[in-house]
Amino acid sequence: MSENDSIVPRIPVGEWGDSALDWINDNFEWLLDFLATVLDFLVSTLTDALVTVPALVLVVVFALVGLLVRSWELAVGTVITFLLIIAMDQWVTAMQTLALVLIATLVAILVAVPIGILAARNERVSAVVRPVLDFMQTMPAFVYLIPAVVFFGIGVVPGIFATVIFALPPGVRLTELGIRGVDSETVEAGQAFGATPGQILRGIQLPLATPTIMAGVNQVIMLSLSMAVIAGIAGADGLGKEVVASISTLDGPQGIEAGLSVVIIAIYLDRVTAALGRPGDYPHSGLSMLRRRRAAGGGGSDAAQDEADERVEGGADQGRGLAQVGS
Amino acid sequence: MASISAEKLYKVFGRRPQRGVDALESGATRADLRKQGLTPAVIDASFDVKDGEIFVVMGLSGSGKSTLIRMVNGLLEPTSGTVSIDGDDVTRLTGEKLRRVRREKVSMVFQHFALLPHRTVGENAAYALEISGTNRAEREKRADRALEMVGLGGWGGSLPGELSGGMRQRVGLARALASGTDIMLMDEAFSALDPLIRRDMQDQLIELQHELGKTILFITHDLNEAMRLGDRIAMMRDGRIEQVGSAEEILNNPVNNYVAEFVQDVDRTRVLTAANVMEPPVAVLGTEQGPQTAHKLMREHQTTVLPVVRRDRTLAGLVHERDVATAVRDGGEMRVVPAEQVGVVRTGDHLVDLFGHATEHSLLVVLDEQDKVAGVIPRVTLLAALRSDPTSTSDTDQPTTTDAQLQPAGGAA
Repeated sequence: MSENDSIVPRIPVGEWGDSALDWINDNFEWLLDFLATVLDFLVSTLTDALVTVPALVLVVVFALVGLLVRSWELAVGTVITFLLIIAMDQWVTAMQTLALVLIATLVAILVAVPIGILAARNERVSAVVRPVLDFMQTMPAFVYLIPAVVFFGIGVVPGIFATVIFALPPGVRLTELGIRGVDSETVEAGQAFGATPGQILRGIQLPLATPTIMAGVNQVIMLSLSMAVIAGIAGADGLGKEVVASISTLDGPQGIEAGLSVVIIAIYLDRVTAALGRPGDYPHSGLSMLRRRRAAGGGGSDAAQDEADERVEGGADQGRGLAQVGS
Repeated sequence: MASISAEKLYKVFGRRPQRGVDALESGATRADLRKQGLTPAVIDASFDVKDGEIFVVMGLSGSGKSTLIRMVNGLLEPTSGTVSIDGDDVTRLTGEKLRRVRREKVSMVFQHFALLPHRTVGENAAYALEISGTNRAEREKRADRALEMVGLGGWGGSLPGELSGGMRQRVGLARALASGTDIMLMDEAFSALDPLIRRDMQDQLIELQHELGKTILFITHDLNEAMRLGDRIAMMRDGRIEQVGSAEEILNNPVNNYVAEFVQDVDRTRVLTAANVMEPPVAVLGTEQGPQTAHKLMREHQTTVLPVVRRDRTLAGLVHERDVATAVRDGGEMRVVPAEQVGVVRTGDHLVDLFGHATEHSLLVVLDEQDKVAGVIPRVTLLAALRSDPTSTSDTDQPTTTDAQLQPAGGAA
């Protein structure tokens, strides 16, 4: 029964890992302190801003964002569900969680996208990054709380740290996938006209990979929200803390209300970021309408636009006609 | 002068490809190399593209033609051999020097258009200029002019997604034209288009080429397209160039069975022109010459009709044997069919366009660009040209139109 009987010796991997954490904590204190200060400042500033603005005004702002990027349906849904959050008396905690998620997402993207770009351009980086991402994704999320608390103590910063590590992988993966998925002929076109690698990245690869990268961002946000509860264990203020409190006191109503608020925020952020990634799918969004109006204003009238559409549908015959015009 | 000159180009894919080149040079086959895990894509390809010509590389998929074109602008580096553009070796260029060649000398049109879907047609057309750092006003002007040239004037504000396939490729063409390079590489540029549109694009390319004098290296797997476009054609198989020549040379003098079999299904009437099959106008009558001379010429040349030619070699008309006979017998004026009623064709007309005339006239008179008589095509010759046996036309495909022959014969009589 005892491990001592086994022919495989006991390897103290856990202790090694723990000493590694201690070592980092001792030797990179300045870096950890700096990170803690910056993250704490960002989250508290954003939280203060969100909480200071009257709730009803913010609801209207969120609804307008929904209208701009997606549809009036999303705007209406936003008003109803966010009013429900206020009605459940979870507004402040919801805004704290939103701030944490937004900052965590921001950090995750700032880290994930460059790594994804590097991995897409270099096989070796890709080969190294992939198992690391597997590790990050499959390691139970609670385990991240250990280094988080070791490094940053209790509060919002360890919450963000754990959230970023947990939410990072899809950002990296989908960035790499998106850039690798860009049509090779289009990249060749950039090269053939003498574009530098930087110009190809900015002008061709990133724009064409945007839908996939935005799908990654969307996933990062969703995972961040699912970490909200775990961040609550580390002491981050917000809906997670409410949920944790409700578990420890078996307070059903509180748990349901906090959980529901997480879901509402999650759905809102999901719909908005999904629409940002594929603006073409939402022709009735505010942005699409504005863009069309500007295009019509610059290039002529709406009638010209209709005529253009018709000409495109003309298909083969039209091609012949144009050839004659050109000749 | 050769715009593009490729010498002994090899491209072998795999680890340590140079050993593949060495093996090929000492006589190894493609199969031998495959066993070593190497894939030879282009083998010992040498060719010159002259200034202002359309040079077509024709081959089936896997023949290495796409690899070949990509070595010209350095998208792929040759394993061995050199490519020079305007006399400068560009093979080993890298970085900024290579990019400068691409910006200033060689542009490219792609099979699947390779447009940027998030930019407007105008911005796409101006892409090359934007890369080279041309200022906005100038590049918009040049992009507009290029779009105008390809028949897409006024479409600059649309997105590529709103255009049909043919129109998108026009944008691709405009992008290459706007870059202002003298050399254009076209990689299967029309292969993704449906046949009607493809023909239009071919016509337009020929026209643009006449107008602008671009040097074009065109890749295709479509033999008819190659014959239609190419001033000269390189036939490629399994990485090697089998033959380089004009459409007529390849049709009439294929160097080996592969090329011969390949071209046997070509519609010869759409490739061969009147100039290829016409006979030199030996038997022609001067306007000042009478029925006696006509009679003598007809007897000498075993013919029943004679074109009548003025001193400046333009066509005056035609005389028939029976009218000549009547004039000789009665001693009167000889009836000359006026030029308007003669079956007249041009040197560049394809045979397919000659049959209509041939049904009405037993003899077609071929005029060159200056309206001068370049040759004649009796109905029998036209039919003989259709035989795919190459030797049947080989003696007529190089018409010798020297001045001596064009002088009305028997002038002293």
